[in-house]
Amino acid sequence: MSQSRSHTGRTIAAHAVLLTYTLIALFPVFVIVINSFKSRKAIFADPLALPMPENFDAVGYTTVLQQGHVVQYFANSLIVTVASLFFVLLFGAMAAFALSEYRFKGNMLMGLYLALGIMIPIRLGTVAILQMMVAAGLVNTRTALILVYTAQGLPLAVFILSEFMKTISDDLKNAGRIDGLSEYRIFFTLVLPLIRPAMATVAVFTMIPIWNDLWFPLILAPSEATKTITLGSQVFIGQFVTNWNAVLAALSLAIIPVLALYLIFSRQLISGITAGAVK
Amino acid sequence: MAGRKAFRWHIAVFLAPAVLVYTAIMIIPLFGTLNLSLYNVQGQNRVFVGLANFATLFGDPRWSASFWNALGNNCWFFVIHMLVQNPIGVLLAAILSSPRLRMAAFYRTAIFIPTILSFVIVGFVWKLILSPIWGIAPGMLDAVGLKSLYGPWLGKPDTALITLALVSVWQFVGIPMMLIYAALLSIPDDVIEAAEMDGLTGWAQFWKIKLPLILPSIGIISILTFVGNFNAFDLIYVSQGALAGPNFSTDILGTFLYRTFFGFQLQLGDPHMGAAIATAMFGIILVGVCIYLFAIQTRLRRYQF
Repeated sequence: MSQSRSHTGRTIAAHAVLLTYTLIALFPVFVIVINSFKSRKAIFADPLALPMPENFDAVGYTTVLQQGHVVQYFANSLIVTVASLFFVLLFGAMAAFALSEYRFKGNMLMGLYLALGIMIPIRLGTVAILQMMVAAGLVNTRTALILVYTAQGLPLAVFILSEFMKTISDDLKNAGRIDGLSEYRIFFTLVLPLIRPAMATVAVFTMIPIWNDLWFPLILAPSEATKTITLGSQVFIGQFVTNWNAVLAALSLAIIPVLALYLIFSRQLISGITAGAVK
Repeated sequence: MAGRKAFRWHIAVFLAPAVLVYTAIMIIPLFGTLNLSLYNVQGQNRVFVGLANFATLFGDPRWSASFWNALGNNCWFFVIHMLVQNPIGVLLAAILSSPRLRMAAFYRTAIFIPTILSFVIVGFVWKLILSPIWGIAPGMLDAVGLKSLYGPWLGKPDTALITLALVSVWQFVGIPMMLIYAALLSIPDDVIEAAEMDGLTGWAQFWKIKLPLILPSIGIISILTFVGNFNAFDLIYVSQGALAGPNFSTDILGTFLYRTFFGFQLQLGDPHMGAAIATAMFGIILVGVCIYLFAIQTRLRRYQF
């Protein structure tokens, strides 16, 4: 009896802590979204009031959408993020497999060489990168951004994925070898499915900085045709800084796509984790 | 040699794409920067000056005051993350991973949401909330009778850095939470059942069984926090500008590098001194990572299940 009561007490305490933190996490986003639907007067008079028919105003959204290009910016961000993610995961998993599976001369050194990139921001090499992209004629192309983000994401991907690959049992791979599978088949058909949850984790951690980056789009691809949504919204906020309706609407619009991408991947992440394939 | 073992081409094939892209886009430009820090402009020509740029950076009062200020602020920024962000992350993960908890997926998804927002959004949102003009923060404190505690935190030199560090904690607490959560879930049920047989449940079980098992993950998180904090730039830049106001009280190495490299209202950009700062940052991060790799990670035992 007393044990079940203390159990109930613990459950309530757990929910109280989690709920409090959830409110702290979501409150600022909530404030932005509700106020983006209110008239300018209502935004200042009572910032916490919900949008109601009497204070509703979508003028912010019409201002943003009239600027045009918004769809183009979204498409650019999406193409750059998805393509970079694909290359980071594929190349990263291949390199992690080579490092964690085989003993060869320079294995340790190669691991350290690739891990070096975790600790150095790629931005430190910006000037040389820009010179290189100019020489290759890649300035103002999405290819330039994809190349930079692939290089930026690889070190952490290799590091995390090789940590996970060390936990995959050797028996499984050796059984595959006895059955005559080539090393490539072992990697693609046995190992890759097992590290899916780790891949989802890497995907989330790689995707976020790419989608949110301001620096490289500004320097390598600032043209209208290649601008990403993050750069677009920064420029927009700079121009409309006193137009609170437009700023709040632009912020709300910038939150939605990354939220959708995250929710898609988080399902994969959760199902992967709960399937317990890491064990 | 050739007769003993055939060259294993598949290793090269697996490594090649990652190594090529990484070397061409990251390592070569980086060495370009390190190289640049050894040169300076004298008159019309670029000349090799050895370590003179570093002597200027650490010793010349015009530069060293800014450098040590930025380094001190950066250390403080890191300490706040280690003391606030990582314990909260571990606590949330520990609660989330308790079996039979309802709505765990909802909490986990919601708490991670700030991490996916861009610095542009985070910086602006918190500026609005903390602003004395719009007044959500003062209004809310007033509602619970604590209005006297309110101050323009982002505008005062003694509180601005702490406020920004806490905003950054708010944004990134999802990362330690997710990694620790995954680590806790990968603890085999047998281990937990054995602990329960011995009468270890609840917090005692967490401290004595689970915590030692997730120490390697906590180590990884600490070093990721360290690297992230010493590379930080964006949040300070979007909320306080390149001058890291008020009065440079929120200046960290990243903003100092940006100002030096690209220049700002009061000063022209200086690529050579900027490269010297970048090299110093590189050195600091290298030392931290070496301490982790050789002093901490080798002492953590890896458990194979």
